[in-house]
Amino acid sequence: MTSQHTGMPEPSAPGGRTAQPTTTVRTLSAHSPMVSAERARKFGSWYYAEHALKVMNGYRWTLLAYSVGNPVMYLFAMGVGLATLVDNNSAESAFGGVSYLAFIAPALLSSATIMTAATEFTYPVMDGFKWRRVYYGPHASPLAVHQIVNGYIIAISLRLFLMSAIYFGIVAAFGASPSAWGSVAIVVAVVCGLSFGLPLMAYSASITDDKGQFALVMRFIVTPLFLFSGTFFPLDTLPVFLQWIGWISPLWHGTELGRVLTYGYSEPLWLSVIHVAYLVGLALLGWVLARRVYERRLGQ
Amino acid sequence: MPNQTNTNYVISADQLTKHYGDFAAVNGISFDVPAGESFGLLGPNGAGKSTTMKMIGGVSQRTSGKLTIMGLDPEQHGPEVRAHLGVVPQQDNLDEELRVRDNLLVYGRYFGLPMSYLKPKADELLEFAQLTDKAKAKVDSLSGGMKRRLTIARSLINEPKILLLDEPTTGLDPQARHILWDRLFRLKESGVTLILTTHYMDEAEQLCDRLVVVDKGQIMAEGSPSTLIREHSTREVLELRFGSERNATVAADLAGIGERLEPLPDRVLIYTHDGESALEQVTARGLHPITSLVRRSSLEDVFLRLTGRSLID
Repeated sequence: MTSQHTGMPEPSAPGGRTAQPTTTVRTLSAHSPMVSAERARKFGSWYYAEHALKVMNGYRWTLLAYSVGNPVMYLFAMGVGLATLVDNNSAESAFGGVSYLAFIAPALLSSATIMTAATEFTYPVMDGFKWRRVYYGPHASPLAVHQIVNGYIIAISLRLFLMSAIYFGIVAAFGASPSAWGSVAIVVAVVCGLSFGLPLMAYSASITDDKGQFALVMRFIVTPLFLFSGTFFPLDTLPVFLQWIGWISPLWHGTELGRVLTYGYSEPLWLSVIHVAYLVGLALLGWVLARRVYERRLGQ
Repeated sequence: MPNQTNTNYVISADQLTKHYGDFAAVNGISFDVPAGESFGLLGPNGAGKSTTMKMIGGVSQRTSGKLTIMGLDPEQHGPEVRAHLGVVPQQDNLDEELRVRDNLLVYGRYFGLPMSYLKPKADELLEFAQLTDKAKAKVDSLSGGMKRRLTIARSLINEPKILLLDEPTTGLDPQARHILWDRLFRLKESGVTLILTTHYMDEAEQLCDRLVVVDKGQIMAEGSPSTLIREHSTREVLELRFGSERNATVAADLAGIGERLEPLPDRVLIYTHDGESALEQVTARGLHPITSLVRRSSLEDVFLRLTGRSLID
């Protein structure tokens, strides 16, 4: 279409000012329901993620303080305090030839995402279904149930990513990530958090009565994993009958991968592949289960 | 493709049924709602009203029967059906971690509405809900009535032509209820179709053009509030209280007065076209109630007549 604009000056009101449109009140109108539905079908997961991020934004200073304070505290206590003792009293090869700080940094990174995931995929899920019933609002909108699940996962992944990036930055500043591949450990930590968080999300969604299950999860799953996943000492220094905890622990798989990436810890390639497969597999399984449980519970 | 046969009705339910296990929460109910009507489902708790609302709202699957909203089956066109609706649930589910205005913005995004529309619209709705000065407040600082109004404002963010209201004023004090009724009445005047469940007869009388009386998942009667009262009750009711022990025994002595007698544990109801003269007959028989009251028949009486039970247990 050719423009009909002639280059003529706009009609002017007396006094030389441009004429105002005759209607001063702009009438608002929403696009049609069919457009809403189409957009929701396409972008619904992002819309829910937007919501979840907006909620998090309300706590941004708390979250930031946690994301910075937590690694600084751990790295000082373990990596500086304890490390002085450990480094002076162990053979050079005890931790693969690197400082104790470099040895535990990837473990602390992965355990930080797991701890955060353990919080974000428990109480807020219960809140969504039961306490404040936050899920039932979007459920009545054009969004589909699986988009609520996806949107929340997107938002938490983003949080885990930012947190891990800050954590990694601090680790690097401590000089504990000598390898050039080190920053990939950020992504590994996020996947590690999800591999623990998503199955937990499915479990949380299945709970109708809070009888302290979440406290039990923290005490009897998260804490033992934190202690026995090759976090503070190599897994093979544990007696064999305890090593299985490491093998099934996403934290161990995430930590070992992190070590490969941050300081070039050498392990057979097939083992690295198993780490990746295990973490991704758990996350996918949790995701599928969570969607199923959410669909069933919200669709009642 | 959308079913084109029911396009005259915005909502059309035919033998709608929902089972939870062996329990039939909704047991074959049928109704049609034309555009612009204010349609109510009146019944006691557990009658199947909320379940029906969830099916209309496209969030709960029916066991059998047919249901269309704007000619669309909610089970095949969930997002499309829900995009047409505004929903005010029985329990508020606002995001209490967000501020008042943000609740509206976030909800509007679920419909893919742009911020350029949502920001002025949110302000307009806050004004409508008389919450303008609370825009930046945290939701948990609001009173029950304010939360309810915010929930209604939220349900209007997409300018729905159909508004589903599940027990909109339950738990509110009388003043808050009247403010809410006023807002709902304005919406009705602007042409929005209201679908409303309630167990308050006064709410049904105030807001509904037409209603169905629902009990145990079935429709017991259907019509406008005045028609229902005319068809199922008398013009007036004489309420007598003789004290809780005597209500039942005295009923026998009242036989023949009025058209019908309903002894309840706390009072005796006499259905009659003329309450005052019925009361004269009572005293003429030498019976002296502790209190007596003549009133117009209400939907409560209709419900009592149809089910033998009162609306609020």
